[in-house]
Amino acid sequence: MHTLPQQLANGLILGSMYGLIAIGYTMVYGIVQLINFAHGEIFMTGGFGALTTYLILPDGISMWIALPLMLIGGGLVAVLIAVGAERFAYRPLRGAPRLAPLITAIGLSLALQQAVFNWYPDAENPRVFPTLPGGAFDITDNLKIQSGELFVLIAAPVCMASLAFFVRTSRTGRAMQATAQDPDTAQLMGIDTNRIIVIAFAIGGFFAAVAGVAYGFRVGSVTYDMGFVAGLKAFTAAVLGGIGNIYGAMLGGLVLGLAEGLATAYIADIPGMDQFGGQGWASVWAFILLILVLLFRPQGLLGERVADRA
Amino acid sequence: MTALLEVEDLKVAYGKIEAVKGISFSVEEGQVVTLIGTNGAGKTTTLRTLSGLLKPLSGKIMFNGQPLNGVPAHKIVAMGLAHSPEGRRIFPRLSIAENLQLGAFLRKDSAGIEKDMQRAYDLFPILGERRKQAAGTLSGGEQQMLAMGRALMSQPKLLMLDEPSMGLSPIMMQKIMATIAELKAQGTTILLVEQNAQAALSLADQGHVMEVGSIVLSGTGQDLLHDESVRKAYLGED
Repeated sequence: MHTLPQQLANGLILGSMYGLIAIGYTMVYGIVQLINFAHGEIFMTGGFGALTTYLILPDGISMWIALPLMLIGGGLVAVLIAVGAERFAYRPLRGAPRLAPLITAIGLSLALQQAVFNWYPDAENPRVFPTLPGGAFDITDNLKIQSGELFVLIAAPVCMASLAFFVRTSRTGRAMQATAQDPDTAQLMGIDTNRIIVIAFAIGGFFAAVAGVAYGFRVGSVTYDMGFVAGLKAFTAAVLGGIGNIYGAMLGGLVLGLAEGLATAYIADIPGMDQFGGQGWASVWAFILLILVLLFRPQGLLGERVADRA
Repeated sequence: MTALLEVEDLKVAYGKIEAVKGISFSVEEGQVVTLIGTNGAGKTTTLRTLSGLLKPLSGKIMFNGQPLNGVPAHKIVAMGLAHSPEGRRIFPRLSIAENLQLGAFLRKDSAGIEKDMQRAYDLFPILGERRKQAAGTLSGGEQQMLAMGRALMSQPKLLMLDEPSMGLSPIMMQKIMATIAELKAQGTTILLVEQNAQAALSLADQGHVMEVGSIVLSGTGQDLLHDESVRKAYLGED
């Protein structure tokens, strides 16, 4: 088991990224009961926005200056697309049967992929992402973390803690909770619920962009279709944690990341299971976990039973 | 003197079904006006339209000299019209204090908000004792108190109460009605929707009887209370 610390670290790195994306799914669902299937593509455009920002910057610029600018640039792109999708695609369909916005979201997801594929220069191939300086840190003999991976391990808790602080203590945060619990009555309090919905999309978009940058650092490149599987995994994480619950989204992401990491590393050691190990099976184990949770705890790890909400 | 609220030929429809078929009434400052009638008469629809949650088909709503037509719900509160909705609709996972603070969402005077929270706790001591507790854990009657307290937190010029006695025990119902009487005595203007016609009419300066979307009878509370047809239809006498 001398590989265990490394596998746990890998799981946490992957899980932090899932968690960051999952928060966008869960916040939007919590407030408008919409599964925004285009959210994976918002994550992707965040990655491309950050890459573009880097490419515009002068050559040889220090990553300490480039990184914050990349986060701003990628964040701006992702937030604009997320808010634009809400304003022009989802808001006109509010009050329509729930299938309509869902199909719209899937269509938007494909449209965004194709738009990047067609219009971003050289997007048919993976676009090389900059790396963070520092190389690998040897924490112990059994544990090595790349500086690019360290980024998400710091960014995810910072994002999560800021969001929790914002929701719990700010006036807008309280208005968000009220809108999630009862949008009609929230309006009777004087809350502009449309504004709250826009804020939820914007926060989700920004967190997705942070995850997009983390993906670029970890994988070394961004691709036009990177949002598909990542989005599906993050959606799984949101359901796993209890959809509508922001802490659940982060927890679900971490659990999913750890389960994937540990399953790929150790399942082959179980007698008779040797052909089921390896990276190729990672998604299989992730979705089996989802099915198990849905069977035995359909409200998710931190979700409340629907009866509690009445 | 013009009335605080003036409703003229108001029509509201859900799709093709007209739920309110052209009603007119007014509420003067300091008055308690009640709309009574059976389920489906259009009382709740009327209140939800006044507070902006539903858009009227036609008709005119003037509040404090300004038209309410086309004004979004969150701006109507700012104009001084508070609505304590049917079914209480408190925010179950927020605390009692947080629910009350949300009632004062648009106010900036934190000292005044603090004072009004104290006033709500004086009116309903049980809320003060449990201020940190999640509102969803309160009993039905306590939730009704919270809903009323929350609506009062916006310092409304007109307080609309939708079925405050619904689903409550007789003792709790008396308590809620006594509170409404107390608010009236303090000069609060109230538009009260009730199925408990006896209690509502005893309190009201003006009453209107609604049947399937129309006002069929209007008068002072006392007149209606002694009206033969009202007694038969709503007060359970033969």
